[in-house]
Amino acid sequence: MSTAVDMPRFVRARQVEALPPPNLARGPIAWVRENLFSGPFNTILTLVVFFLLYVSVPPLMKFLFIDAVWTGTDRAACRADTGGSESGACWAFIWDKLNYFIYGSYTISERWRVNIFFILLAVGVVWLLWLKAPRRDLGAVYFFWVFPVVSYVLLTGGNESFSGRFWIGFAIFGALVIALFAFVAALLKASLRPALILGGGIVAVIGITLALVDLDFGLAHVPTSLWGGVLVTLLVATVGIVVSLPFGIVLALGRRSKLPIVRMAAVIFIEFVRGVPLITVLIMANTMLPLFLPGDMTVDRLLRPLIGTALFASAYMAEVVRGGLQAMPKGQYEGAMSLGLNYPQMMSLIILPQALRIVIPGIVNTFIGLFKDTSLVAIVGIFDLVKTIEASRIDPAWAAPTIGITGYAFAALFYFVFCFGMSRYSLGVERRLAAGQKR
Amino acid sequence: MKKALVSIAFGLTASLFATGASAQATLNSVKQKGFLTCGSNTGLAGFGQPDAQGSWTGLDVDLCRAIAAAIFDDPTKVRYIPLAAKDRFTALQSGEVDVLSRNSTATMSRDTQLGLDFPVINYFDGQGFMVRKKLGVSSAKELNGASICTQQGTTTELNLADYFRANNMKYEVVAFATSDETFKAYDAGRCDAFTTDASGLYAERLRASAPDDHIVLPEIISKEPLGPAVRHGDSNWGDIVRWTHMAMLNAEELGVTKANVDQMKTSDNPEIKRLLGTEGKFGEAIGLPNDWAVRVIKHVGNYAESFEKNVGEGSRLKIKRGQNALWTKGGLQYGIPVR
Repeated sequence: MSTAVDMPRFVRARQVEALPPPNLARGPIAWVRENLFSGPFNTILTLVVFFLLYVSVPPLMKFLFIDAVWTGTDRAACRADTGGSESGACWAFIWDKLNYFIYGSYTISERWRVNIFFILLAVGVVWLLWLKAPRRDLGAVYFFWVFPVVSYVLLTGGNESFSGRFWIGFAIFGALVIALFAFVAALLKASLRPALILGGGIVAVIGITLALVDLDFGLAHVPTSLWGGVLVTLLVATVGIVVSLPFGIVLALGRRSKLPIVRMAAVIFIEFVRGVPLITVLIMANTMLPLFLPGDMTVDRLLRPLIGTALFASAYMAEVVRGGLQAMPKGQYEGAMSLGLNYPQMMSLIILPQALRIVIPGIVNTFIGLFKDTSLVAIVGIFDLVKTIEASRIDPAWAAPTIGITGYAFAALFYFVFCFGMSRYSLGVERRLAAGQKR
Repeated sequence: MKKALVSIAFGLTASLFATGASAQATLNSVKQKGFLTCGSNTGLAGFGQPDAQGSWTGLDVDLCRAIAAAIFDDPTKVRYIPLAAKDRFTALQSGEVDVLSRNSTATMSRDTQLGLDFPVINYFDGQGFMVRKKLGVSSAKELNGASICTQQGTTTELNLADYFRANNMKYEVVAFATSDETFKAYDAGRCDAFTTDASGLYAERLRASAPDDHIVLPEIISKEPLGPAVRHGDSNWGDIVRWTHMAMLNAEELGVTKANVDQMKTSDNPEIKRLLGTEGKFGEAIGLPNDWAVRVIKHVGNYAESFEKNVGEGSRLKIKRGQNALWTKGGLQYGIPVR
C-alpha cells in the first residue's frame, strides 16, 4: 500500500531572484569596511589619517579662503592695527602685484607681446599633446621651429642687424654644408638629389631663421634684464624641457656607443654635469664666466642660466633614457639586425619607441624636477616668479605679517598646477602606450 | 665673514684678468651704448626695489638715475641689473655693470684688494637696536641684562658682543637662521630687543603687528658706510659718480630743489652759479656739459628730496636723517665745494 500522497509535481521554470547581498556587504558601508577598516592595522591608519586631515585641512582652508583678504590697496587691509584682518591670506597683495609677478619689469607698453608668447606656447603644447589634434606633424614643426623663432622676435624685439660680413660668412657656411652632404652622398654611392635637398633644406631653415631674427618688425627692443616673473619661469622650463629630451637621447646613445671617442665624450659630459649641483653650474655661469671672457664679449645674463639648466637637465635625461635602453632584451636588437635594419633604423623603429615607453615615469620625473629647479635661477639675480615674489614681499607699502606666507602660497599653487598637470598627462600616456601589456 | 672671503677670492682672480682702463673709457662706452648699466639690489625696501609695475625705485636707484640724467639728460636711460651679494663685485669687475649702487659697505679690503673704488658714501648706516616702548628704555646703554634677537653668523652678532663687552654689560643672545625668523621671534616677545642695521630696523618695524609700539634707539654701534662702487683705474668715471652725489648734496645745502632749479640759474650767489654751470667750466672738466648739475636736480632732485621720498618722512620707512643729515645740521653728509 502506498502511503505516498499524490502531490502535484513542481518544476521550477525560472530562476529564483537572487536576494540582494546583506546590507553590510554593499554600498558605501561595505566600501568603507573593505577599504578603510578591514583590519585593526588599517583601522588605526585610517583614524590617524583622519585626525591629521582634521588638524591640517580646516585651518588651511580657513587661512587661504575663509579669513582671506581679497580686496585692498595697501597694507592697511591686511593688518589688525589698521582695521584689516591678519588672520587670513592677503590675496589683495597678490592682486596688486600680479602684473609684476607675470611680466617682471617688462616694458609696460610692450606687454601684449608677452601675452602673445603665452598664447603661442599654449597652442603649441596643446597641438603636440592633444592626441586628436589635426596635423600633429605640422605641430612639431611649429613647436620646434616656428614658435621659438617667433617668440624670440616677439620677446626681444628682433632686429639684430647682422652685418654684411655676417651674411657673406653664412653664404660660405651654407655652400660648405651642401657640399659636405653631396660629398657624403658620393662617398656612400647614394643618389645625389636627396642629399642636396636635405643639405639645402637645413641651410634654408637656418637662413630663414637668421633672416627673421635680422628683420626689423618695428618692435621696440626689450633687454632680457627687464624680463621676469612667470615669463622667465616658463621660458627656462620650456627651453630646458625641449632641449633636454633630444639631447639626453643623443647622450644616452653616445654612452652606449661602441666608438670609444663618442662614448668617452658622452660619459665625461654626463658624469661631470651630474657630479656638480645646479647651483654651482648657475653661479659658474653667472659669476665666473664673465671673468674668463674677454672684456668686450658678454653672454646675455638670462641666456647663461638658460643654457646651464638645459645642459644640466640633459645629463639627467641621458641616464633616464639609458635605463630604458638597458632594459631592452638583447633579442630586440638582434631581431632588428636580422631584419637588415641599419643603426638609425633599428634605434628609431624598434629600440627607442619601446625604451622610451618604459621610462616615461622617469622622464616626467626629470621634467617636474627641472620645472621646480627653475626657481634656483633666482640666486644669480634672475627674477623668476619666486624672486619677484621675494622682491615684492619687502615692499613697505605691503608690510604685514601675512604677506610672506601669502606670496609663497601663491608660488606653491602655481608650481603645483603645472607639475600636477604634467604628472596626470604622463599617466594618461603610460596607460595608452601600455595597452598591449595589460594583464 | 665667509661671504667676504669668497668675494675677496673672486676679486683676486678678477684682478688677474682686469685690463687697465684708459681715461674716460667707461664714460665713452656708456655714451656709445646710449644707457647706463647699474648694478642694483635684488630688493631692499627704500634703497632698491621694484614697484608693482616693475620699475626700480629707491635711494640707491636714484643715484643711478642721477648719473644717467647728468650724462644723457634723461634719468630713464638706465638698465638695472639686479645682483645678488655673491656676484655683485665680479659683475662690476667684468664690466657687466658700469656702476654698482646696491648698498655695499665700503671697507679697506674691498677698496684695495678687490680692484674697486668707493667714490662717495651716499648712506651712513650702522647697527642699531629696536625695543618695545613699554620697556621704558631710551638708550642702548640701559640694555644691561636684556635678551636680544639677532641673526646667526653675521657681523651683527660680533658687533653686539663687542659693544656689550666694551660697556661691561650682560646680555643674552637669541639667534635665528634668517632675518624673517629673527624678527618674528622679537615681535612675538621672545626677546627684549632686536638688532640689525638701522635702515633694516625701520623696514622691519613696519612688519610688526603694532609698529607704533616699538622704537629705534639712537645708538649706532657699528660703521656701515654704504656707497656706490666703480672699477679701480678709471678716475674720470669715479669723478662723475662722486660729483653727481656732491651736486645733490650741495644743492640741498644751497636750497636748490627740483622745483626751483630753473629760477636758481639766475641767482647771484656765486656758489649756486658755479654749481649750476652758469659760471666756470666745471662740467667740462669731468667730461660732461656744464649744466650737468641742473640735469641731476631737475630730474632727480637734491639729496634731501631723494632721501625723504625713498626712505624718509615721505616714505613708509620714516627713517630719520640722523648721520645722513648735512654737516650743517650735525650729520656726516658734507658737500665738497664746486670751485
